[in-house]
Amino acid sequence: MRPRRALPALLLVVLLLGAWELYADFSGVQSAVLPAPHEVGTALWNGGAVLWRNFAVTAEEVVLGLAIALTAGFALAVAMHMVPLLRRAVYPLAVGSQAIPIPVIGVLLVFWWGFGVLPKLIVVALICFFPVLVTTADGLAGVDPEQLKLMRTLDASRWQSFRLAELPAALPAALSGARVALAVGVIGAFIAEVATPTTGAYPGLGRQILADAGPNFQTPRAYAGTAILFAFAIACFYALALAERRLAPYRTRTSGEPL
Amino acid sequence: MPAQLQTPPVPASQRDAGAVEVHEVWHSYATASGPLPALAGLSVTARAGSVLALVGPSGCGKTTLLELLCGLQEPARGTVSCPPAVLMPQQDLLLPWLDAGENAGLALRIAGMRRAEARARADAMFSELGIEGFQRSRPHELSGGMRQRVAFLRTLLSGKPVLCLDEPFGALDAITRAEMQDWLAGMLTREPRTVVLVTHDVEEAVLLADRVAVLSRRPGRVLGELEVGLPRPRRRSDAAVAELRAAALDLLAEARG
Repeated sequence: MRPRRALPALLLVVLLLGAWELYADFSGVQSAVLPAPHEVGTALWNGGAVLWRNFAVTAEEVVLGLAIALTAGFALAVAMHMVPLLRRAVYPLAVGSQAIPIPVIGVLLVFWWGFGVLPKLIVVALICFFPVLVTTADGLAGVDPEQLKLMRTLDASRWQSFRLAELPAALPAALSGARVALAVGVIGAFIAEVATPTTGAYPGLGRQILADAGPNFQTPRAYAGTAILFAFAIACFYALALAERRLAPYRTRTSGEPL
Repeated sequence: MPAQLQTPPVPASQRDAGAVEVHEVWHSYATASGPLPALAGLSVTARAGSVLALVGPSGCGKTTLLELLCGLQEPARGTVSCPPAVLMPQQDLLLPWLDAGENAGLALRIAGMRRAEARARADAMFSELGIEGFQRSRPHELSGGMRQRVAFLRTLLSGKPVLCLDEPFGALDAITRAEMQDWLAGMLTREPRTVVLVTHDVEEAVLLADRVAVLSRRPGRVLGELEVGLPRPRRRSDAAVAELRAAALDLLAEARG
């Protein structure tokens, strides 16, 4: 996205921050309930080290967790497409997995994989694989049957049909799923940190925010941490949009800009 | 249903390479309300290197017949003897992520040729197809007629002796269609193949084919056949073309009746 294209979003942010500032200053709402943007800014500046160290932990969880989610979701969709029996067996369970209240299995994940980063990655992956799975599976299933007939009369093997016709056709849908996954990846990491205890010196931004908003009585810093997550989600999303232009340029060329 | 007819297929040694023989073929599709018959004892032949046109009302099993020829389906009864055949469907089905040259060379890549080599082979044919200079264009940048030419080249480069063309110009406007019919007639004189052409355009059939078979309504069978012994190139305005066209239309009227 070129700077000029970012302008409307930046203007809107300034507008919203202004409204928020006015509301916080003149409505009588307490700082512990809703800190004003300038207080959040100060907290962001002063709390730098704590916030950034914790953010590094969370960013790792998001990036690695998403990598697992995208790979697993895509691979599972391809496997389900190739083996209909697998589709019938796995699809309902994949849907059900999205209803699991993560804290219920948090202790089990820690019991299996310890207090390190791995249980968090599993939680992020569990939350984020689903949109990739569904969109990729639908994309693969949506290929014109006439196209597949044509591939067969050109003597294409099952694998060649997949590689030359089905996979590129499903790629835009898979990337749409990846964008949805990216958007929920950050909140996925928050849930992961809350649901699985950790022993590290920096528990991650999610736990930090939760502590600041509660027992620490540092609401402005909780909002500062939230602002970092907010910006990070946007950055991840646009990073994927760049990758998309390389992976599936035919999509942007036929249906305009992806964003 | 009549008793099953089982005649042994003609031995390969007595058959010209490239000849198509369909004998007493019955076929039906399973639907929720029972089997839907598509073909009812259809027999038709095409000599090697000749053009056979199949005309008939919509839904008379023409597409089913092509799928049988291409080996996409097995006939429920009867025999289909056909050398390797390739399908050119009504929609061009060009892959949007490949350019025209890569689309045209698809069969070569499937056959194991390297990407660059396949595209070079295909690119070299573009001038012959009258679309020189469009090798790097994406399908959506080409007109309907140009896309059909690329699709035809893809069909041709599969190297199969039999081409099954399923209403190849059905999706084009009348002017482009007439232009493409002349073009295809020219291509087939230069690159003779056995062609089975399905069309609902009687004039197209008479212009392009050596023999026209008129099919009945579903379930399809052959109502009559016309030999088109006219020299090429043929013109729409030729009296003989108009005569044969009228004869075919008479047979089609029977199909409706």
